[in-house]
Amino acid sequence: MSDTLLVEPSAQPRSRRLLGTLLRSREIAVAAVLLLLILGTTLKSGDFIFSSDGWRNLLVTPSLLLLLAVGQTVVIVTRNVDLSVGSILGLTAYFTGRMFIDNPGIPIVVVFALGMLLGAVLGLINGALVAFGKVPALVITLGTLYIYRGVFLSWAGSDRINASDMPRDFLALGTKTILTIPVLTIIALVVLAAVGYYLHTARGGRELYAIGSDPDAAKLYGLPVTRRVLVAFVISGALAGLAGVVYAARYGTVSSGAGLNIELQAVGAAVIGGVAIFGGSGTVWGAALGAFLLITINRALPIVGISDFWQRAVVGVLIIAAIVLDRVLTIRQERRLVAARDEVRTSA
Amino acid sequence: MSTATLSRPEGERTYPSYSRPLWRRALLTREFAIIVLLLVVLLYSTTSVPNFDSPLTMYYLFLDIAPILLIALPMTMVIITGEIDLSVASTVGLSSVMVGVLHQDAGLSIPAAAAIAILVGAVCGAFNGFLVAYVGLPSLAVTIGTLALYRGIAVGMLGTTAVTDFPEKWTDLAKERIVEGSSYPMVLVPFLVLLVLFVWLLHFSSFGRGVYEIGLNDEAAHFTGVNVELTKFWLFVLAGAVSALAGIYYTLRYGSARGDNANGLELQVIAAVLLGGVSIFGGRGALHGVVAGAILIGVISSAMRLEGHTVNVINIVIGALLVLSVMSTSFLAWVSAVLSGRRGARSPGRAPDGAGKRSLPE
Repeated sequence: MSDTLLVEPSAQPRSRRLLGTLLRSREIAVAAVLLLLILGTTLKSGDFIFSSDGWRNLLVTPSLLLLLAVGQTVVIVTRNVDLSVGSILGLTAYFTGRMFIDNPGIPIVVVFALGMLLGAVLGLINGALVAFGKVPALVITLGTLYIYRGVFLSWAGSDRINASDMPRDFLALGTKTILTIPVLTIIALVVLAAVGYYLHTARGGRELYAIGSDPDAAKLYGLPVTRRVLVAFVISGALAGLAGVVYAARYGTVSSGAGLNIELQAVGAAVIGGVAIFGGSGTVWGAALGAFLLITINRALPIVGISDFWQRAVVGVLIIAAIVLDRVLTIRQERRLVAARDEVRTSA
Repeated sequence: MSTATLSRPEGERTYPSYSRPLWRRALLTREFAIIVLLLVVLLYSTTSVPNFDSPLTMYYLFLDIAPILLIALPMTMVIITGEIDLSVASTVGLSSVMVGVLHQDAGLSIPAAAAIAILVGAVCGAFNGFLVAYVGLPSLAVTIGTLALYRGIAVGMLGTTAVTDFPEKWTDLAKERIVEGSSYPMVLVPFLVLLVLFVWLLHFSSFGRGVYEIGLNDEAAHFTGVNVELTKFWLFVLAGAVSALAGIYYTLRYGSARGDNANGLELQVIAAVLLGGVSIFGGRGALHGVVAGAILIGVISSAMRLEGHTVNVINIVIGALLVLSVMSTSFLAWVSAVLSGRRGARSPGRAPDGAGKRSLPE
């Protein structure tokens, strides 16, 4: 056993290395569960993906949560959390509608940009309070969750945004597809790829992991901790803002309940996708798969004959199973490493 | 966040110096600041807000904050150990549904159904406690999972239907006043009993000292003979049982058992606890501050409603209060550092705060 451990990774054949990586990958495990779920549900009812509506819903419904889960991952990786995303979503969704009402003929691209900008500013407020106040993000974003929703609802008052308030082209985004793939899904996937690339490759992204692994060490080492944490919150806010615009396009109406309680779903999606709540590890790919799984279960349950009232219970079991699995794998890895170390010591 | 993992910021360490006299130490605490703020708001409301000082206003104020006050008691202790319980509102919903289903479908009397509901709440808490204390999982993640799970079971059992057929004798009891015409509802009696119990447990028993030790440094607590796992386990059980009690109150007060009862209550409870001066890092906080924090939220809501503000503005004020109250510690530390000219003293040479705290459950 220790032999295989002590072999330099590069000394193993390439195919075997790849296989090992894939088998250990949390993302592959979640993807497998997701595929099995889709497969099983489709066997029960072909309409689940083979009808045009089924295929579109399969792809478009998770897009919103996907955006939030990606943003949440960036924040959780730095050992923080952003509970205010649901309120940011509601606020920007209403802002989107207001823009169309107040400025008829405003280009849709501008609305997308301004929605993200508003979200980014709200995220910047979170980040600044966390980074400069040296206060835990849980408390700050719990406070801003109330504040942003309060602002949203006082601003909206008793009026709500209806489909008739928004231009047809914008609403068409919610249904339009390119090569059978919904536009909103493409937006979400582009964001996913960009943020994934940033976290995986860019220096700033790697430093987010370093900060989350050990904030004190990162500071002593001289990483720009304050700036990076600010950036993480700005990304999360901007993506929640984008999700708000997407929400308006997809549903056509914005009422006071927009984005209510979705923050815990976003954290849940990240946790299912293997993002450690202690920071320092996890990928946006995993979180995105987690979001897909959460939403797809919701739609699959009634088809396989379980009332969809049980959806949240299933989601809860999934989250708990995911963190228990993480724990078991960590313990096994630790044992193997300790065993390997002891073997080296005794043979030396 | 899982608090045991965060580094402790400068501001959180402003423990009063023990060389100062007792009265000066008492004046410098967060609890005292919240109590003063509560008194100021109360004074303003009774003198300037029309109808605030009527017995009816106070009566509804207490009815409204009773579930927050109840659940805040065990939540305070959970947060002082450096953990958190997000699943309490789901336990409220589940126990509410249990009372409804057991009464309607199984034909049990209300006391019997309530007893079983409390047992179910305790089991919910025990499951949280087992996963956190013995399996060593982060409480934030565990209780996000059980938040969905317990709520899911509650909603799954009843769907969108509600049980509303409760004997009037019991629904009236939840709304009854202690003395006819007074502003104190009956629900304050079980709360006060629990308050005395929790004050004794947290502030006057060795169990309570262990709770603080765990929050400050759980490894050190272990070496001084505190059973860290068992303590955390029981705290989660308490949180579950008390949440179930709040669920029974919810059911009877509104005469309705629904799966989505008390949705989002967990964040209100946590806001009250943190406003009351409990540190999210663990290790610091006291029940008199938490009670004042919960009542402060109730008084502000009630006074602002009477002045014609909507729930939305109230949310902004409560959120801002929460942010300001936690920022004030950092701000005061910064001010005192500037005043004493020690700003440069934060050299990287000293050990980072929080060093020695366990960063991951082993």
